[in-house]
Amino acid sequence: MSNLPIQDWLLSDEPTSRRQAKLSRLFKGWVAFQTNVLAMIGLGILLLLIFVAVFAPLLAPHDPFVQNLGNRLQPIGSDQHIFGTDSLGRDILSRLIFGARITLYIVVLVAIIAPVVGLLVGTVSGYIGGVVDMILMRITDVFLAFPRLVLALAFVAVLGAGIENAVIAISLTAWPPYARIARAETLTIRSSDYICAIRLQGAGPLRIITKHIWPLCISSLIIRVTLDMAGIILVAAGLGFLGLGAQPPSPEWGAMISEGRRFILDSWWVATIPGLAIFAVSLAFNLLGDGLRDVLDPKSGRS
Amino acid sequence: MEGQQLAFLKILSKAITTFISIAITMLGLLLVTFVIGRVMPIDPVLAIVGERASQATYDAVYNELGLDKPILVQFSYYIWDVLHGDFGDSLLNARPVSEDIARVFPATLELATLGILLGVILGTPLGVISAVRQGSWIDQVARFIALVGYSMPIFWLGLMGLLIFYGILGWVGGPGRLDIFFEDIIPVRTGMILVDSIIAQNGVVFRNALSHIILPASLLGYYSMAYITRMTRSFMLEQLSSEYILTARIKGLSERQVIWGHAFKNIRVQLITVIALSYASLLEGSVLTEIIFSWPGIGSYVTTALLSADMNAVLGGTVVIGLIFVCLNILSDLLYGIFDPRSK
Repeated sequence: MSNLPIQDWLLSDEPTSRRQAKLSRLFKGWVAFQTNVLAMIGLGILLLLIFVAVFAPLLAPHDPFVQNLGNRLQPIGSDQHIFGTDSLGRDILSRLIFGARITLYIVVLVAIIAPVVGLLVGTVSGYIGGVVDMILMRITDVFLAFPRLVLALAFVAVLGAGIENAVIAISLTAWPPYARIARAETLTIRSSDYICAIRLQGAGPLRIITKHIWPLCISSLIIRVTLDMAGIILVAAGLGFLGLGAQPPSPEWGAMISEGRRFILDSWWVATIPGLAIFAVSLAFNLLGDGLRDVLDPKSGRS
Repeated sequence: MEGQQLAFLKILSKAITTFISIAITMLGLLLVTFVIGRVMPIDPVLAIVGERASQATYDAVYNELGLDKPILVQFSYYIWDVLHGDFGDSLLNARPVSEDIARVFPATLELATLGILLGVILGTPLGVISAVRQGSWIDQVARFIALVGYSMPIFWLGLMGLLIFYGILGWVGGPGRLDIFFEDIIPVRTGMILVDSIIAQNGVVFRNALSHIILPASLLGYYSMAYITRMTRSFMLEQLSSEYILTARIKGLSERQVIWGHAFKNIRVQLITVIALSYASLLEGSVLTEIIFSWPGIGSYVTTALLSADMNAVLGGTVVIGLIFVCLNILSDLLYGIFDPRSK
């Protein structure tokens, strides 16, 4: 098999620049990742989700908000409506497509907020140690002491129902595990020789944490975030289902299930289809997370 | 003698540190709910006296609730009340929240206990077998079950279960704990209908209650099974690759003795911890399950209270769930310490 020049450059054993070494490592990881069929399926589903979310207005056959009471509860596979219509005559497929935007919105925001908070708390706690460490870890323990959904419910009670508040509530309940991971990583890194060397060169704590500790925490955090996203989607959908997340007429998938629940015995598809969508995305994150763990974390290996 | 004293002191100091850390965690838990209660956009005084009350009445209730005191004093009052099982009165029905919770809690306990029993009975053997026959079809099935369990929204799976087993097949009872004409027949003793009907020796009610609980309990059981199977499998794999297993095999022990007599014996402690954690997480799963199955437990109590802005009830329920969660975690730690000689 003849390699393209770019592949030769990427697979070179003697990288000539730092950038080449970095890209080469990424490329080798990608090659290893590609052999994992399930992880590739997961990645495919997520790429599809992003594609659908971005091009929702072009893909959706109908307006997701337009009601047509004369056309309500059309069964699956009927003319014009592949997935049927809901109790207000809205096209389920179109709502599903626009719902992808909401799911993506929640996932991206939580994936940005929670790990960053956890990283900050964990590294500061681990690096400074002593009283600060004790206090921060106690706070972390307290947040871990609540079941996630119940605490999110209590936060939503304060903040009021709505999608932004659901994101905040979920982030508030999601950060503690990241803080634990980041702290553990920091503790092992803190006393290593190269950190001492940098400190002797005069680097301050801020520089050590941001430039030398954070980059090493990232890979274990990424794995954890990807695996957690599955659970976070389920919590978000649960909040939507309880009527505490996205508000009607928003086509959030959890809220769509809650709407279809009333007609479950006669019109099963109204609740079934959005559930399958949630399942697919959540499954995709689980598969991708497992794959990433195999590539990024050679220690754990395949269990 | 001296060695004994030293050992005793060590245990004592460990007990004290554990106790302090538990106390701090619980205090923090109460602080979170206290703060949530304070920043609520609902005026607790107005909720009690109503909008037409005079300023004097308002002030009287304001002082009675201790809202004129410094915030730290208020917090200590709050802790005092919670320690005495007083979560205030429900704003909706004016009954003490603690009574409401005591009334609904057995329903959740019954559901979660049956769920964890199913999870353990099915999950443990499945985990052991899939570790022993790594890569076999049983292992693949176990992996599939776990993956689906981690990815499927519990409320959706519950709805599908209702649709198929109740709506289409008619094999099980529908939502609720009993059919309506069986309600209030048997005297309430434990609040758990299965137990109560056994005490009352009423087979008809028992069967009806069983037909109602079996679906939600299987649902919770499925999720705990997914977790327990996965953990059992990885614990067993760890044991099976150790050298003492090889020794046991070389000595000519039967495969059954190697697996159940040696390897499984050594994972019992870890397994108990996992089961305790799984039991705690069923509390969370029960919130959505109870809604789907109209199950009058603590999960649906909190959610209903939330939707009607009954804050005392929400916070009371949250504190109770949080405390049970913490207690189960501590319990699993303690069990680990007691049963695992290495941790001494």
